[in-house]
Amino acid sequence: MTKKTTGHLAKILTTNQDVLLEGWIAGMLSRSVRRDKNLEKEVRDAAVKFISILSQCVEKGGSYDIDTVQWSEIRGLLSEISQARLRQGFSPTDTASFVYSLKEPLFKLLREELKDDPNALIEETANTGDLFDKLGLYTIEEHIKGREQVILRQQQELLELSTPVVQLWKDVLAVPLIGTLDSARTQVVMENLLQKIIDTGASIAIVDITGVPTVDTLVAQHLLKTVAAARLMGADCIISGIRPQIAQTIVHLGVNLEDVITKATLADAFKVALTKIGSTVAETQPA
Amino acid sequence: MQRIPILKMGDLLLVSIQVDMHDRLALTLQDDLTNRVVKDRARGVLIDISALDMVDSFIGRMISSTAAMTKVLDARTVVVGMRPAVAITLVELGIELEGVKTALNVEQGIKLLRKIA
Repeated sequence: MTKKTTGHLAKILTTNQDVLLEGWIAGMLSRSVRRDKNLEKEVRDAAVKFISILSQCVEKGGSYDIDTVQWSEIRGLLSEISQARLRQGFSPTDTASFVYSLKEPLFKLLREELKDDPNALIEETANTGDLFDKLGLYTIEEHIKGREQVILRQQQELLELSTPVVQLWKDVLAVPLIGTLDSARTQVVMENLLQKIIDTGASIAIVDITGVPTVDTLVAQHLLKTVAAARLMGADCIISGIRPQIAQTIVHLGVNLEDVITKATLADAFKVALTKIGSTVAETQPA
Repeated sequence: MQRIPILKMGDLLLVSIQVDMHDRLALTLQDDLTNRVVKDRARGVLIDISALDMVDSFIGRMISSTAAMTKVLDARTVVVGMRPAVAITLVELGIELEGVKTALNVEQGIKLLRKIA
């Protein structure tokens, strides 16, 4: 059930814009920790815009339900403010208090306006409070939405950045894995590796796990999957960069790495790879 | 009835699967191949699956068992040219073709067979 607007709020908003604005900005700046000229100007601009749009919305809104079309303008403005503040590094509380600090001067005006009609005052105060709660929550929601977008983008970038396949020698590829291996990353690593095997015709792939912080059964299973897939394509896999602690956990967990060649360092693995393809590296006099 | 041709190259047999494998075709191939290994006294078998977009669990098992059969008949089987997508699917299905040799292409497959057979 949505309540209808009574018109008191709209009237106050239109007639007392300046008083409201001063009260609001003073309240906001006193709460804000960061104070500088730019911020003050920004806050003022946003506040002026907010009040004028809010008074329009309340006038034509007809109800306090901010999900309706009539409130789309104010929603647009709030998400804009939220995004801007997110970029500047504000906390969600800061962003929400932008809206909430308007309540105080507004209620003061409401009290004066309706002092002869206590019932109407209580009703109007409750409704207005409700409206501002919704608007504040909306800014928090937008703030979180913006943050989620950032996280999603970073995840994507991480996925692309962290799975290079490099060619060490003719017929020898290396995959230096860095970070935790989950199913999604294993899939990307596997696809990249297999494609590179086709492209280069390599017969040996070294999977280096120096940068993998922990190896549990799941990670080990993912590693074994990668090795198995490479083998099906006709390439041998060597796992290198196994740290002592990881060797201990692997054995304690009972993971079977018997069928895979494992080496402690990439250099050792490379040596094995060279022997397998029948190449040698000879030392010469330094130039 | 549709059959997959088996080509003889010296003491090797080359099977290139160019059509979609259905189960009957796979069984016919297994039958033909074991017969030819005996008849031609082959030492090695190359199965080229580079044209296959999809290998299901049945075909995967068929390849495994064919390799085991030819081994009993003293011929090594090498599967060549598996596509990345096929390899990933097989691994996800848990079919790792244990005991089957693999190579990237026919050329490397022949090299491998010369070494092991």
